[in-house]
Amino acid sequence: MKMPQQMFITIGQKVFYFLYFTGGMVNLAGQTIFLTFMPPYKKDRIMEQAKKAGFDSLPIVSLVALFIGFIFALQTAYFMQRMGSEIYIASLVALALVRELGPVITALVVAGRVGAAITAELGSMQVTEQIDALETLATNPIKYLVVPRFVALSLMLPLLTLYADIIGIFGSYLICVYKLGISSGMYIHVTFDALLYKDLFTGLLKTVFFGMIIAFVSCFEGFNVEGGAEGVGQATTRCVVTSFILIIMCDCFFTAIFYFLFP
Amino acid sequence: MMIDIQGVSKSFGTHKVLNEASLKIDRGTTCVIIGRSGCGKSVLLKHIVGILRPDQGKVFVDGKEVSSLKEEGMNALRLKIGMVFQGGALFDSLTVGENVGFGLIEHQKIGQRELLERVEESLCMVGLCGIANLMPSELSGGMKKRVALARALCIKPELILYDEPTTGVDPITAASINELIKDLHDKLKVTSIVVTHDMVSAYTVADRIAMLYDGKIIADGTPEEIQNSAHPVVHQFINGLAQGPITETLDHDSRIKR
Repeated sequence: MKMPQQMFITIGQKVFYFLYFTGGMVNLAGQTIFLTFMPPYKKDRIMEQAKKAGFDSLPIVSLVALFIGFIFALQTAYFMQRMGSEIYIASLVALALVRELGPVITALVVAGRVGAAITAELGSMQVTEQIDALETLATNPIKYLVVPRFVALSLMLPLLTLYADIIGIFGSYLICVYKLGISSGMYIHVTFDALLYKDLFTGLLKTVFFGMIIAFVSCFEGFNVEGGAEGVGQATTRCVVTSFILIIMCDCFFTAIFYFLFP
Repeated sequence: MMIDIQGVSKSFGTHKVLNEASLKIDRGTTCVIIGRSGCGKSVLLKHIVGILRPDQGKVFVDGKEVSSLKEEGMNALRLKIGMVFQGGALFDSLTVGENVGFGLIEHQKIGQRELLERVEESLCMVGLCGIANLMPSELSGGMKKRVALARALCIKPELILYDEPTTGVDPITAASINELIKDLHDKLKVTSIVVTHDMVSAYTVADRIAMLYDGKIIADGTPEEIQNSAHPVVHQFINGLAQGPITETLDHDSRIKR
C-alpha cells in the first residue's frame, strides 16, 4: 500500500522541482539579459570575471585539448592505416575538433572549473547573507553578480574554444608528423583544405550558448543554496551535472539545426 | 523614520513563520524585538527593508508601503536604511574599506578623497580606525560585526536595523556595541530596531520592547512594562526560566526527535 503512494510522491516532487528549475532559469535569464543592456556598465567587473573564466582556464584547456588531439590522431590512425589513407587523419581531426569536440570539451571543462566555482562562491554568499546585504545596499544582485559572469562566459567560451581547436590540431599534427611520417606541409594543407568557414562559425556560435548555460545554471544554483556548507556542496554538484546535461542537449539541438540549415 | 507593520504573515513551505504580526515604531525611538531563536525576528526585519515580501499584510515605512515600491523607490528607501546582519555579511572579496564605502561607491558620485574620509569616519565611530586595507577574513567575529555597523553608518541612514548585534561576541564587546547603539540613537537621532534574545542588551538600549512569539507580537511596551508583564510567555522569556508555557513546545520537539 505504501509503495505506490511513495512513488507518486517522488514523481510529484521531481516534476515540481523540474518546473521550479525551468521557471527560475527563465526568470533569471530574462532579468540578466535585460540588465546587461541597462546602464551603468561596469567594465572592471566583466574583465575580472573574464580573467577568471578565460585566462585562468588556459592551462587546463591546453592540456585537455592537446591530449584529445593526440588520442584522436592515434585512434583514427588505427583504421586509416589499414585503408592506407593516413593523410585523411588531418581532415578528420580538423573537422571533428572544430565542429564538435573543441566546443563540447571546452564547455565541459569550463562548466566543471568555472561553473562549480561560481555556484560555490554565490552559494557561500547566500548562506552568509551577503546577497541580502547587497540588496539592502540598494544593489541588484543579478546586475552585480550575474551580469558580469554571464557576459564574461558568453565571450570567453568561443575564444577558449578557438584556442582549444588550434591546440588539438597541433597535438594531432605532432602525432601525424613525428609518429606516422606525414610531411608537415602536407598535413597543414589537408587541414585547411578540409575546413570551411561554416565549420568554424557553427562550432563557435554554439559555444556562446554553452557559456550562457554555464552562467545561468551556476548562478541559479548558487542563489538557491539552502542549509549551510552541505547545501553549497549539493548545489555545486547539481550545477555541474545540470550544466553537462544541458550542454549536451543544446549541442544536439544546434547540430541538428545546422545540419539542415547549412547542409 | 516611522515604521508600521500591519498584520504581516509569511510562510516558508508549510512552516508559518509570521502570523499576522503587527507593530508600530515611532520616529527616533529604539525598539528591541525579543523572541526565541528561529521565531521569525530576522524575517520581520527583512520585511522592513523589502528583501522579503509578505504573503499577507502590509509594511509601511514613512507612510510608503514597502512591497508596492518600484525599483527606484525601493533603492531610494534602502539608501536611508542601514542593516547590520547577524554574522556581519561582509563581502569577502572586498577590503574592509570597500565594504564600508560600498553604498557610496555604487550610488553616490563622490570624489575619492571624500569617500576615504567618510569610510575612515565610519570606522572610527565603531572604534576601528585605520583598518580599511584589511580583508574581512583577517578580522575577528566582534570586529566583523563592528565593520558591518560601520558599513550601515556610512550611508548616513535614518533607520538602522540590527540583527542580533551582541550574539556570539564576548561580554565586553557586547557592552561596547550596546553603548554604540545608544550613542548613535542619542547623537544622530536615528530610529533603530534591534532584534535580540540578549535581555541585558535589550534593557540597555530599548525605548520600547516588543516580544515575538508564535508568529505574533504578543507584548509591546516600555522596558518597565515588559519587566512587569503578567503574560506567562513574556515572564518566562525575560526571566530565562526553564519551566513555563514555552517549554512545552521544546519538550514536544525533542520527543519527536527521539
